[in-house]
Amino acid sequence: MDQQLSNPAAAPNETTIERPSDTELVVLRMFNAPPRIVFKAWSQPELFRRWWAPQSFGITLVSCDMDVRTGGKYRLEFAHGSGTMAFHGKYLEVVPGERIVWTNDEGEEEGAVTTVTFEDLGGRTLVTFHERYPTKEAVEEAMQGSATGLPEQFRQLDALLADLGG
Amino acid sequence: MVQYASPALDLSFAALSDATRRGIIDQLGRADASITALAENFQMTLTGMKKHVHVLERAGLVVTHKVGRVRNCSLGKGGLAVEAEWIDAHRKLFEARFQALDQVIEEMKQEEQDGSAA
Repeated sequence: MDQQLSNPAAAPNETTIERPSDTELVVLRMFNAPPRIVFKAWSQPELFRRWWAPQSFGITLVSCDMDVRTGGKYRLEFAHGSGTMAFHGKYLEVVPGERIVWTNDEGEEEGAVTTVTFEDLGGRTLVTFHERYPTKEAVEEAMQGSATGLPEQFRQLDALLADLGG
Repeated sequence: MVQYASPALDLSFAALSDATRRGIIDQLGRADASITALAENFQMTLTGMKKHVHVLERAGLVVTHKVGRVRNCSLGKGGLAVEAEWIDAHRKLFEARFQALDQVIEEMKQEEQDGSAA
Protein backbone atom coordinates (compact mmCIF):
# COMPACT_ATOMS: atom_id res chain seq x y z
CA MET A 1 0.00 0.00 0.00
CA ASP A 2 2.74 2.48 0.99
CA GLN A 3 4.78 1.48 -2.01
CA GLN A 4 1.89 2.12 -4.29
CA LEU A 5 1.41 5.61 -2.83
CA SER A 6 5.07 6.53 -3.09
CA ASN A 7 5.15 5.68 -6.78
CA PRO A 8 1.63 5.98 -8.15
CA ALA A 9 2.57 6.12 -11.82
CA ALA A 10 4.35 2.77 -11.75
CA ALA A 11 1.68 0.79 -9.92
CA PRO A 12 -0.83 -0.91 -12.18
CA ASN A 13 -4.33 0.22 -11.34
CA GLU A 14 -6.60 -2.58 -10.30
CA THR A 15 -10.27 -2.93 -11.14
CA THR A 16 -12.28 -3.82 -8.04
CA ILE A 17 -15.86 -5.07 -7.94
CA GLU A 18 -18.14 -4.83 -4.92
CA ARG A 19 -21.72 -5.78 -4.12
CA PRO A 20 -22.85 -3.32 -1.44
CA SER A 21 -26.36 -4.81 -1.56
CA ASP A 22 -28.29 -7.35 -3.62
CA THR A 23 -29.52 -4.72 -6.08
CA GLU A 24 -26.20 -2.92 -6.55
CA LEU A 25 -22.93 -3.53 -8.33
CA VAL A 26 -19.94 -1.23 -8.00
CA VAL A 27 -16.77 -1.13 -10.11
CA LEU A 28 -13.83 0.90 -8.76
CA ARG A 29 -10.71 1.94 -10.64
CA MET A 30 -7.96 4.53 -10.23
CA PHE A 31 -6.70 6.58 -13.18
CA ASN A 32 -3.44 8.50 -13.46
CA ALA A 33 -4.98 11.81 -14.48
CA PRO A 34 -7.09 14.51 -12.81
CA PRO A 35 -10.92 14.23 -12.90
CA ARG A 36 -11.13 16.98 -15.53
CA ILE A 37 -9.41 14.72 -18.08
CA VAL A 38 -11.11 11.46 -17.06
CA PHE A 39 -14.53 13.13 -17.17
CA LYS A 40 -13.78 14.40 -20.67
CA ALA A 41 -13.01 10.85 -21.84
CA TRP A 42 -16.44 9.75 -20.51
CA SER A 43 -18.44 12.65 -21.87
CA GLN A 44 -17.12 13.35 -25.37
CA PRO A 45 -18.47 10.81 -27.88
CA GLU A 46 -15.33 10.73 -30.05
CA LEU A 47 -13.23 9.83 -26.98
CA PHE A 48 -15.82 7.59 -25.27
CA ARG A 49 -16.27 5.39 -28.33
CA ARG A 50 -12.55 4.58 -28.37
CA TRP A 51 -12.71 2.60 -25.13
CA TRP A 52 -16.30 1.71 -24.13
CA ALA A 53 -16.53 -1.17 -26.62
CA PRO A 54 -13.14 -2.90 -26.25
CA GLN A 55 -11.83 -4.47 -29.45
CA SER A 56 -10.93 -7.65 -27.61
CA PHE A 57 -14.64 -8.32 -27.13
CA GLY A 58 -15.41 -8.59 -30.84
CA ILE A 59 -17.91 -5.76 -30.61
CA THR A 60 -17.68 -2.45 -32.43
CA LEU A 61 -19.50 0.74 -31.72
CA VAL A 62 -21.17 1.74 -34.99
CA SER A 63 -22.74 4.96 -33.83
CA CYS A 64 -22.48 6.92 -30.62
CA ASP A 65 -24.83 9.83 -30.02
CA MET A 66 -24.38 11.37 -26.59
CA ASP A 67 -25.74 14.65 -25.34
CA VAL A 68 -24.00 14.59 -21.97
CA ARG A 69 -25.89 17.15 -19.90
CA THR A 70 -28.71 16.84 -17.37
CA GLY A 71 -31.84 15.82 -19.30
CA GLY A 72 -29.85 14.94 -22.44
CA LYS A 73 -30.13 11.58 -24.19
CA TYR A 74 -27.79 8.95 -25.54
CA ARG A 75 -28.07 6.24 -28.14
CA LEU A 76 -25.32 3.71 -28.82
CA GLU A 77 -25.37 1.18 -31.63
CA PHE A 78 -23.16 -1.88 -31.57
CA ALA A 79 -22.27 -4.35 -34.30
CA HIS A 80 -21.67 -7.93 -33.35
CA GLY A 81 -21.28 -10.54 -36.06
CA SER A 82 -23.93 -9.66 -38.61
CA GLY A 83 -26.34 -8.05 -36.17
CA THR A 84 -26.60 -4.67 -34.53
CA MET A 85 -28.05 -3.64 -31.19
CA ALA A 86 -29.06 -0.24 -29.92
CA PHE A 87 -28.93 1.04 -26.36
CA HIS A 88 -30.49 4.24 -25.19
CA GLY A 89 -31.38 6.25 -22.14
CA LYS A 90 -31.31 9.64 -20.49
CA TYR A 91 -28.80 11.56 -18.39
CA LEU A 92 -30.49 12.23 -15.07
CA GLU A 93 -27.64 14.33 -13.72
CA VAL A 94 -24.39 15.62 -15.15
CA VAL A 95 -21.90 17.61 -13.05
CA PRO A 96 -18.75 18.25 -15.13
CA GLY A 97 -15.66 16.73 -13.52
CA GLU A 98 -17.73 15.11 -10.77
CA ARG A 99 -20.52 12.78 -11.81
CA ILE A 100 -22.72 11.38 -14.58
CA VAL A 101 -26.01 9.58 -13.86
CA TRP A 102 -27.91 7.80 -16.63
CA THR A 103 -30.83 5.46 -17.17
CA ASN A 104 -30.79 2.24 -19.20
CA ASP A 105 -34.11 2.17 -21.03
CA GLU A 106 -33.87 -0.68 -23.55
CA GLY A 107 -35.96 -3.33 -21.85
CA GLU A 108 -39.69 -3.44 -21.31
CA GLU A 109 -39.22 -3.18 -17.57
CA GLU A 110 -37.60 -0.38 -15.63
CA GLY A 111 -33.85 -0.62 -16.19
CA ALA A 112 -30.83 -0.06 -13.98
CA VAL A 113 -29.59 3.42 -13.14
CA THR A 114 -25.86 3.99 -13.53
CA THR A 115 -23.94 6.59 -11.52
CA VAL A 116 -20.31 7.32 -12.31
CA THR A 117 -18.38 9.56 -9.94
CA PHE A 118 -14.92 11.07 -10.40
CA GLU A 119 -13.02 11.72 -7.19
CA ASP A 120 -9.86 13.81 -7.12
CA LEU A 121 -7.10 12.08 -5.15
CA GLY A 122 -4.17 14.44 -5.54
CA GLY A 123 -4.05 14.60 -9.30
CA ARG A 124 -5.28 11.04 -9.77
CA THR A 125 -8.91 10.07 -10.16
CA LEU A 126 -10.89 7.36 -8.45
CA VAL A 127 -13.74 6.35 -10.74
CA THR A 128 -16.74 4.66 -9.11
CA PHE A 129 -19.14 3.01 -11.54
CA HIS A 130 -22.29 2.22 -9.61
CA GLU A 131 -25.25 0.29 -11.00
CA ARG A 132 -28.53 0.13 -9.14
CA TYR A 133 -31.20 -2.29 -10.33
CA PRO A 134 -34.85 -1.50 -9.51
CA THR A 135 -35.51 -4.94 -7.99
CA LYS A 136 -33.80 -8.11 -6.89
CA GLU A 137 -35.57 -9.89 -9.74
CA ALA A 138 -34.01 -7.53 -12.28
CA VAL A 139 -30.55 -8.42 -10.96
CA GLU A 140 -31.33 -12.12 -11.08
CA GLU A 141 -32.49 -11.77 -14.66
CA ALA A 142 -29.29 -9.95 -15.58
CA MET A 143 -27.28 -12.70 -13.84
CA GLN A 144 -29.13 -15.49 -15.64
CA GLY A 145 -28.50 -13.67 -18.90
CA SER A 146 -24.74 -13.71 -18.38
CA ALA A 147 -24.63 -17.28 -17.07
CA THR A 148 -26.57 -19.28 -19.64
CA GLY A 149 -24.60 -21.86 -21.57
CA LEU A 150 -23.89 -19.59 -24.49
CA PRO A 151 -20.48 -19.27 -26.11
CA GLU A 152 -18.07 -16.97 -24.35
CA GLN A 153 -18.50 -14.14 -26.81
CA PHE A 154 -22.25 -14.09 -26.33
CA ARG A 155 -21.84 -14.14 -22.60
CA GLN A 156 -19.61 -11.11 -22.83
CA LEU A 157 -22.23 -9.52 -24.99
CA ASP A 158 -24.76 -10.26 -22.28
CA ALA A 159 -22.54 -8.58 -19.76
CA LEU A 160 -22.48 -5.60 -22.04
CA LEU A 161 -26.25 -5.77 -22.35
CA ALA A 162 -26.55 -5.87 -18.60
CA ASP A 163 -24.40 -2.76 -18.36
CA LEU A 164 -26.05 -0.81 -21.05
CA GLY A 165 -29.49 -2.26 -21.26
CA GLY A 166 -30.43 -2.92 -17.65
CA MET B 1 -9.58 -3.91 0.44
CA VAL B 2 -12.11 -6.02 -1.39
CA GLN B 3 -15.48 -6.04 0.24
CA TYR B 4 -17.72 -8.83 -0.90
CA ALA B 5 -21.29 -8.72 0.32
CA SER B 6 -23.06 -11.65 -1.24
CA PRO B 7 -26.68 -12.52 -0.52
CA ALA B 8 -26.21 -15.61 -2.71
CA LEU B 9 -23.37 -16.76 -0.48
CA ASP B 10 -25.49 -16.32 2.65
CA LEU B 11 -28.36 -18.26 1.10
CA SER B 12 -26.10 -21.09 -0.04
CA PHE B 13 -24.47 -21.49 3.36
CA ALA B 14 -27.80 -21.35 5.16
CA ALA B 15 -29.26 -23.93 2.78
CA LEU B 16 -26.36 -26.33 3.21
CA SER B 17 -26.14 -26.00 7.01
CA ASP B 18 -28.76 -28.75 7.36
CA ALA B 19 -27.94 -32.47 7.05
CA THR B 20 -31.26 -33.38 5.40
CA ARG B 21 -30.78 -30.70 2.76
CA ARG B 22 -27.25 -31.91 2.05
CA GLY B 23 -28.77 -35.38 1.68
CA ILE B 24 -31.32 -34.05 -0.81
CA ILE B 25 -28.53 -32.46 -2.88
CA ASP B 26 -26.66 -35.76 -2.79
CA GLN B 27 -29.69 -37.69 -4.01
CA LEU B 28 -30.54 -35.21 -6.75
CA GLY B 29 -26.92 -35.46 -7.89
CA ARG B 30 -27.71 -39.05 -8.87
CA ALA B 31 -31.17 -38.52 -10.34
CA ASP B 32 -34.06 -36.06 -10.42
CA ALA B 33 -36.86 -36.86 -8.00
CA SER B 34 -40.36 -35.70 -7.10
CA ILE B 35 -41.05 -34.04 -3.76
CA THR B 36 -43.19 -37.05 -2.84
CA ALA B 37 -40.32 -39.47 -3.54
CA LEU B 38 -37.90 -37.30 -1.54
CA ALA B 39 -40.33 -37.17 1.39
CA GLU B 40 -40.57 -40.97 1.38
CA ASN B 41 -36.82 -41.45 1.16
CA PHE B 42 -36.13 -39.11 4.04
CA GLN B 43 -39.14 -40.38 6.02
CA MET B 44 -40.63 -36.96 6.28
CA THR B 45 -44.05 -35.37 5.74
CA LEU B 46 -44.73 -33.76 2.36
CA THR B 47 -45.01 -30.35 4.03
CA GLY B 48 -41.66 -30.80 5.76
CA MET B 49 -39.96 -31.79 2.50
CA LYS B 50 -41.56 -28.87 0.65
CA LYS B 51 -39.98 -26.49 3.16
CA HIS B 52 -36.52 -28.00 2.67
CA VAL B 53 -36.85 -27.89 -1.12
CA HIS B 54 -37.98 -24.28 -0.95
CA VAL B 55 -34.84 -23.29 0.99
CA LEU B 56 -32.65 -25.05 -1.56
CA GLU B 57 -34.60 -23.46 -4.39
CA ARG B 58 -34.12 -19.97 -3.00
CA ALA B 59 -30.37 -20.56 -2.89
CA GLY B 60 -30.49 -21.67 -6.52
CA LEU B 61 -29.18 -25.11 -5.58
CA VAL B 62 -32.34 -26.89 -6.71
CA VAL B 63 -34.83 -26.10 -9.45
CA THR B 64 -38.35 -27.52 -9.54
CA HIS B 65 -40.73 -28.05 -12.45
CA LYS B 66 -44.33 -29.02 -12.19
CA VAL B 67 -45.30 -31.91 -14.48
CA GLY B 68 -49.03 -32.48 -14.18
CA ARG B 69 -49.67 -32.86 -10.46
CA VAL B 70 -46.11 -33.85 -9.62
CA ARG B 71 -43.36 -31.39 -8.71
CA ASN B 72 -40.00 -32.64 -9.96
CA CYS B 73 -36.75 -31.51 -8.41
CA SER B 74 -33.33 -31.36 -10.04
CA LEU B 75 -30.01 -29.77 -9.23
CA GLY B 76 -29.75 -26.08 -10.04
CA LYS B 77 -26.66 -24.35 -11.24
CA GLY B 78 -26.29 -22.71 -7.84
CA GLY B 79 -27.09 -19.07 -7.19
CA LEU B 80 -23.52 -18.58 -6.10
CA ALA B 81 -22.09 -19.89 -9.39
CA VAL B 82 -24.44 -17.67 -11.36
CA GLU B 83 -23.52 -14.62 -9.31
CA ALA B 84 -19.79 -15.35 -9.53
CA GLU B 85 -20.03 -15.66 -13.30
CA TRP B 86 -21.92 -12.40 -13.58
CA ILE B 87 -19.32 -10.60 -11.51
CA ASP B 88 -16.53 -12.17 -13.53
CA ALA B 89 -18.14 -11.04 -16.79
CA HIS B 90 -18.24 -7.48 -15.43
CA ARG B 91 -14.64 -7.69 -14.27
CA LYS B 92 -13.41 -8.84 -17.70
CA LEU B 93 -15.44 -6.24 -19.53
CA PHE B 94 -14.35 -3.36 -17.31
CA GLU B 95 -10.71 -4.42 -17.19
CA ALA B 96 -10.67 -4.35 -20.99
CA ARG B 97 -12.50 -1.03 -21.10
CA PHE B 98 -10.30 0.64 -18.54
CA GLN B 99 -7.09 -0.53 -20.18
CA ALA B 100 -8.28 1.16 -23.35
CA LEU B 101 -9.32 4.21 -21.31
CA ASP B 102 -5.80 4.42 -19.80
CA GLN B 103 -4.46 4.75 -23.33
CA VAL B 104 -6.96 7.44 -24.29
CA ILE B 105 -6.10 9.36 -21.11
CA GLU B 106 -2.35 9.12 -21.73
CA GLU B 107 -2.87 10.58 -25.21
CA MET B 108 -5.02 13.38 -23.81
CA LYS B 109 -2.36 14.23 -21.22
CA GLN B 110 0.32 14.22 -23.92
CA GLU B 111 -1.74 16.51 -26.13
CA GLU B 112 -2.27 18.95 -23.26
CA GLN B 113 1.47 19.02 -22.56
CA ASP B 114 2.29 19.57 -26.22
CA GLY B 115 -0.35 22.29 -26.37
CA SER B 116 1.02 24.17 -23.37
CA ALA B 117 4.60 23.80 -24.56
CA ALA B 118 3.85 25.27 -27.98
